[in-house]
Amino acid sequence: MKPPLFTYHDPRSVPDALKLLASLDNAKVLAGGQSLMPMLNMRLVLPDHVIDINEIAGLSGIEVRGNDLYIGAMTRQRDLEFSPIVREHCPLLHEALTNVGHRQTRNRGTFGGSLCHLDPAAEQPTVAMAMDAVVIAESAKGKREIPIRDFCQGTMTTAIAPDELMIGARLPLWPKGHGFAFVEFSRRHGDFAMAGAAILMTVNTAGKIERASVTLCGVGSGPARLAKAEQALVGSAGGQQVFAAAAQAATEIEAQGDVHASPEYRSHLARVLTERALAIAFNRATVKR
Amino acid sequence: MPDMRKIAVTVNGKRYEREVETRYTLADFLRHELRLTGTHVGCEHGVCGACTILVNGHSARSCLMLAVQANGKELTTVEGLANPDGSLNVLQNAFWEKHGLQCGFCTPGMLTTLTEFLRDNPNPTEQEVRIAISGNLCRCTGYQGIVDAALLAAERLREGKVSA
Repeated sequence: MKPPLFTYHDPRSVPDALKLLASLDNAKVLAGGQSLMPMLNMRLVLPDHVIDINEIAGLSGIEVRGNDLYIGAMTRQRDLEFSPIVREHCPLLHEALTNVGHRQTRNRGTFGGSLCHLDPAAEQPTVAMAMDAVVIAESAKGKREIPIRDFCQGTMTTAIAPDELMIGARLPLWPKGHGFAFVEFSRRHGDFAMAGAAILMTVNTAGKIERASVTLCGVGSGPARLAKAEQALVGSAGGQQVFAAAAQAATEIEAQGDVHASPEYRSHLARVLTERALAIAFNRATVKR
Repeated sequence: MPDMRKIAVTVNGKRYEREVETRYTLADFLRHELRLTGTHVGCEHGVCGACTILVNGHSARSCLMLAVQANGKELTTVEGLANPDGSLNVLQNAFWEKHGLQCGFCTPGMLTTLTEFLRDNPNPTEQEVRIAISGNLCRCTGYQGIVDAALLAAERLREGKVSA
């Protein structure tokens, strides 16, 4: 079990990487390597060229820009996990990250790598979906911004073109004191989630939900927003019955089955976890106001 | 034609220069090229944690890095953990005392993982230790001895009776 033959490139700048992407056929970008390397070791992917972007300066970084949290594509998951900026402005992402793999994989794994790999169970694309993130991609022809709903095109399929490189993402921030919760279920801490739910919520002084974002991971083909649940929540005063009713929307996603969990079980988990996460998010929002 | 690169790495304080095939994983490079066979290779896809080493002080799975990516980096493998006189360090001693290993296959990964963990969190709870080693599979101990060893090592390191 060894990686197949390929030619290795380690460009030192984004323009150099883009030149390689524009000229080489069957090239794969190597970011943190925590998904691509297993796939190479098992020969599930057979690239002719591997473009390692670890030596490019300036592709990582975490900063608040206006009302957005900007995250560079090569920002390591561990740096996000321990970032005071993320903790303060984007607690949902912090909570999600503690479920991403293990310490050893978060030390190498990157935010952009997770988005571009787009595993259906992945936490970071789920947070990006929950927050209506915008992905910034660049090719030799120029830069473009891709809303996350267009970015996610299906199982492990993104809108990134073969000659494009993800540069970073903008996550529009929610107001201070918003409620949040990331809840997932896996057999071992850090394993792929069989199902998970990411919630964002604002509650007004009258105790009514003003705005809600409900996203599932690990159930369907990728991160899935539950518009129906969001509509059911907005304007309500929360409570167990409201959350249980809203969480029913989770069962409308066509669940995938595999050796880890049947579609029925995933559907069940999705509903239960959504309900739990809603209660946590609501309590956190209420407490802070 | 294999794609070759010259690299220089420092492993356990010793500098090595080699020409390697670019598709060589770091784990295979350490074992086959440098003959440092303390780093074990289990699953080769990042699940078992046996090949965990420290890269510039941070734990990483050496099966999920290419050897060329270690160019210019400082690596610590299990061979580099013992005291300078070759005696077991605090953590290794705790493993021995608390039956933290049986067959020993997972041990290099457990030790390197816990070396980083105890450095960052000198006073961990049992739950924190369990989460820290959640990415390392052990098929012998049931983890209890490993958790006990980590907690004992943490206690001794805090008391400062012996240095790491």
